[in-house]
Amino acid sequence: MPALNTSSLPDIIFMLLFFFMTVTSMKEVTYKVQISNPQATELTKLEKKSLIRYVYVGTPTAEFRKQAGAETRIQLDDAFAEVGEIENYIVSERSAMSEQDQGMMIVSIKADKDTRMGIIADIKQALRRAYALKISYSATQRTSY
Amino acid sequence: MAKKVPQINASSMADISFLLLIFFLVTTSMDVNTGLSRRLPAPVPPDQKIEDTKINKRNLFIVKINSMNQLLVQGQEMNVRQLKDKAKEFILNANNDPSMPVLYTEYIEGLGEVTYTKEHIISVQNDVDTQYQAYLDVQNELVAAYNELRDDYSHLKFNKAYAELDEDQQKLVQKVYPQKISEAEPKNYGGQ
Repeated sequence: MPALNTSSLPDIIFMLLFFFMTVTSMKEVTYKVQISNPQATELTKLEKKSLIRYVYVGTPTAEFRKQAGAETRIQLDDAFAEVGEIENYIVSERSAMSEQDQGMMIVSIKADKDTRMGIIADIKQALRRAYALKISYSATQRTSY
Repeated sequence: MAKKVPQINASSMADISFLLLIFFLVTTSMDVNTGLSRRLPAPVPPDQKIEDTKINKRNLFIVKINSMNQLLVQGQEMNVRQLKDKAKEFILNANNDPSMPVLYTEYIEGLGEVTYTKEHIISVQNDVDTQYQAYLDVQNELVAAYNELRDDYSHLKFNKAYAELDEDQQKLVQKVYPQKISEAEPKNYGGQ
């Protein structure tokens, strides 16, 4: 019996590899704040990644606690930020988008479930001022009450 | 005579790429972004005076969350799990209860005569110290109430779930059950 020709096997596997490399998404940023997602049931999927900007809210992780303190902080992209910086961040991020995308921008608030509402309200006011009115409270599916 | 170049043995190539494949499968997370979508109201221009719009008291459904994450719905203490049914009852006002929102009967193109509570407003008020999860629970229940109402109505009118309707039909259903959740600025309600 002639041996099975396996010379094309690597190519097939490489194809699979590339498929997974493109489809899967790496984490967008390295978290400097601890976030355990809140839970909800009425969730919608955020489809287009390019339209989404994130605002992370939580207490700094152990390695950043010395410089950032233990209080709830905001993270934009890769750095800690103050509430006042959100407006500028959103405006500059939006102006970097293409014109037809600008109106469809969604801001996803990824906040720790134990965050106090005071800071969330401040963020919401800042987003309103920046005219980023479409928001999404990031949450995971609730499995049980 | 040309020297014969020995062929490189490529049989292990498949194994190597398998390893790579498995590495990527394990490390990358199929991170689906899910969340509760809301729309914020447009900002008020600073030169504009904030006017107190008069809202008929029976059109208003007030949900307060204090710093201990306790709910006060229409002046009654309540568990989050009861909120959805209470909200649905309020939005529907099936029995034309005088303490619930005013019913309007209107002709809507594509639906015919519809009786609905056009002017109802759900007002969520939270404390500065309210926990985010508690706030999200309330938002979630209210959105769930609307979703269920829309779904029921879609089944009644179009014999389909709301998600299966086309865009125009969804707009019609949204017209009957518009999401009217208003949020006040957070205040200190005490409870320290």
